[in-house]
Amino acid sequence: MLDANEGPTEAQFEFITFSAGNQSFCLEITQIREIRRWTPVTRLPHTPDDVLGVMNLRGAVIPIFDLSARFGLGQTSDNERNVVIVAACGDTTIGLLVESVSEILSVNKSAIQETPDIKSEAARQAILGVISVGDNVVRVVNLDAVLDNDRGAVV
Amino acid sequence: MSRNSIRDTFFEECEELLEALVEGLSAMEENTGDMEVVNAVFRAVHSIKGGAGAFGLDRLVAFAHAFETVMDKVRSHDLEVDEALMRLFHRSGDQLADLVEAARDEREPDSETESTILKELEAYLGESDKQDDFSFDALSLDFEAAPMSIEPAEPALRRFELRFRPTAALYANGHEPLLLFDALAELGTLEVTADLSELPEFDAFDPNDAVLSWQLTLDTAEDEMVLHEVFEFVESLCDLDIRVSGQSPEQQPEPEVEDSTAETVTSLAPSGIEAALPQTTQDTVEDARPATAPVQGANEPRGPRPTLRVDLDRVDRLINTVGELIINQAMISQRIEELELPAVSHLTNELEAYKLLARDIQEGVMAIRAQPVKPLFQRMSRIVREASEATGKKAKLVTEGDSTEVDKTVIERLADPLTHMVRNAVDHGLESPDRRTEIGKEPAGTIRLSASHRSGSVFIEIIDDGAGLDRKRIFEKAVEKGLIAPDAELSDQDIDNLLFLPGFSTASAVSNLSGRGVGMDVVRNAVAALGGRVSISSLPGAGTTFTIVLPLTLAVMDGFVISVSDQTMVIPISSIIETIRPNRRDLHQIGTDGRVIAVRGAYVPIVDVAGNLGLASSSNDIGGGVLLLVGTEAQGLAALRVDAIHDQRQVVIKSLESNYGAIPGVSAATILGDGKIALILDPDEVVKLHPAAPVLFTTPQPRTELRHA
Repeated sequence: MLDANEGPTEAQFEFITFSAGNQSFCLEITQIREIRRWTPVTRLPHTPDDVLGVMNLRGAVIPIFDLSARFGLGQTSDNERNVVIVAACGDTTIGLLVESVSEILSVNKSAIQETPDIKSEAARQAILGVISVGDNVVRVVNLDAVLDNDRGAVV
Repeated sequence: MSRNSIRDTFFEECEELLEALVEGLSAMEENTGDMEVVNAVFRAVHSIKGGAGAFGLDRLVAFAHAFETVMDKVRSHDLEVDEALMRLFHRSGDQLADLVEAARDEREPDSETESTILKELEAYLGESDKQDDFSFDALSLDFEAAPMSIEPAEPALRRFELRFRPTAALYANGHEPLLLFDALAELGTLEVTADLSELPEFDAFDPNDAVLSWQLTLDTAEDEMVLHEVFEFVESLCDLDIRVSGQSPEQQPEPEVEDSTAETVTSLAPSGIEAALPQTTQDTVEDARPATAPVQGANEPRGPRPTLRVDLDRVDRLINTVGELIINQAMISQRIEELELPAVSHLTNELEAYKLLARDIQEGVMAIRAQPVKPLFQRMSRIVREASEATGKKAKLVTEGDSTEVDKTVIERLADPLTHMVRNAVDHGLESPDRRTEIGKEPAGTIRLSASHRSGSVFIEIIDDGAGLDRKRIFEKAVEKGLIAPDAELSDQDIDNLLFLPGFSTASAVSNLSGRGVGMDVVRNAVAALGGRVSISSLPGAGTTFTIVLPLTLAVMDGFVISVSDQTMVIPISSIIETIRPNRRDLHQIGTDGRVIAVRGAYVPIVDVAGNLGLASSSNDIGGGVLLLVGTEAQGLAALRVDAIHDQRQVVIKSLESNYGAIPGVSAATILGDGKIALILDPDEVVKLHPAAPVLFTTPQPRTELRHA
């Protein structure tokens, strides 16, 4: 994880970038277990819109979140290219529905900038930092915040 | 092996020893004169002391020493066991358990009770004993080889007679009898006599022949198995005859009779307790007190049933994998069915066999997790003791069916509710001794704990012979607490069930025991979390019975596969009383949206499952679908309306909480034959859900919710 005190400054980090709600996000590669094609899920009653349901991942029941909806960017629309990123956070395994996965990003630790001092406390929680790639800004997702804040839209 | 794991092993063994101690103490209570039991207790304490010494746990050693010394006086008939001493022994046992626990967790034990008990123990010792500097032999705890058996500290010597006659093949294979004898000599005192009778004339001597045999006499503390181990590699190459000839080397045994008794002792030896008893004592005890014989017979022989300690994680992984296997098998079955093969196809036969095998494996794996309730019940004896001391009531605990096996998790999670209920039974259930004498009952009340398997469930009952529930008082209390209306008309059963309401506590005065903030509702929740239920029955003046019914296993369940709205779900069969295809005649509308069905004269409210789960109801036709009649704790009978019942099958329960959180109305999930996930409904919760409150329930409950304090 992105612990400031860990390792030399020039440590390389690898991220997988993806887009959700027309924004670029990324997750550190070690948190990602696999990337799957979207398959229909079993809906859960009495859950917020960003909880799509549960999926069978080789016998484990994992919840699937709509990352875009979770960040308040609207529901992800049905698309062939939609994929589910299966990520592990501690003992918990979850799936994140995103629009598409783009590339693997290899950066030095110094390239990760702190989240700009934006107004929304929730947004600062959910984003660990930003990496600039060309003209784009890639947001580093804080998986813990995605999990912890179960009250629906984070941003 | 690190020091820590040796330590762990010591504490694991302590647990077993403490168990034996508690068992022995209660046996002592039954039958104070039984020296074998006294010895067993002594040995347990002594072994703990020995082990503790090896780890430098001085306080534990000091306490165990005092305990042991008093015990020793009982053993040598210097001290009569009376009721007061028995109580002290019990408390000492409890204290010892506390000290062991404190040592394990490396915290400071409660020194106050310790010193009180120590003082009381010392009071039983004469001046001379007090000064007696204790020394013990640092035991060789054989952790590596056999973690189950702590070697008895003062093992009884037994005499083995061995006849050893090697064949020529033994020599041909390069074995040397002398080395074997050396190995035997290490076990004890060995006498060897060579039998030269078969030695031929020198002229006839064939150097390739084996003509020598030996007669050996070995006095050792080891059991026969160890002797056999010495001969492990040569047993097939020789004539070997090992017999136990007696306990004390000086005794010349009568061969036939003595042999058989000695055999029994040998077989018990690895339990480390019984073996220590000199044969002579046992004989005299038996002769002098023939009455003890049946008691001893009832003691199931705790013989050397080989066991294996396995990391629980590994077992759980195995169980998980087997669960996968079952799902996979179901998937294959479904796929093959879809192929619509001819009915007599070999494939279907093989498939059927595969199914049976998978079930067998599953049952076998489940059995690994099953454990007898005995340790759990034994812990309760302490609770009864403490509770009766705190309340000044006399109570004794009787347990039945302690060998009933229940899933380990159930045992663990049942400890708290059971403790609470047993405490309650003493505190609230039993009358004071005076009152009991007054009404012609024995002054000491009886708390009966029983476990049994009945029709696929585990029944655990807590029965007291106290006053029974004071229904009037309960009713008043419930009114007082605003739980029910003063003019509510309730049946006896309903009143009894008021106990389970949150915020209910009958004790008007907060005694030492009650008022810990744990009510019967917590008990019920804990049991419900295990998929079970609690019920009460009570007879005024005769006592109260609490019955806990639990599923045999937590991993699989029989369920109906149903469809609700457009989703496939599973509902536990155990909760369903009957299924009804409603007849329009029996359906009635009450108010704007309340519907009831007449079932044999009673009106049962209909609960629309889809509506309560916030799913779109597929049909607004009140006559459609199937009704499942369920009994709920909160609201009595209810009829759940679902669209259809498809199948009845065993499903593997998958927790939703491990990756998400609790969802109202849903207890878990399972994976169906097609690989899709189906939710398992919790009928009780479904009924409770109000259809009008969909989004308020959205926050997943914290995962620890079910683990109550």
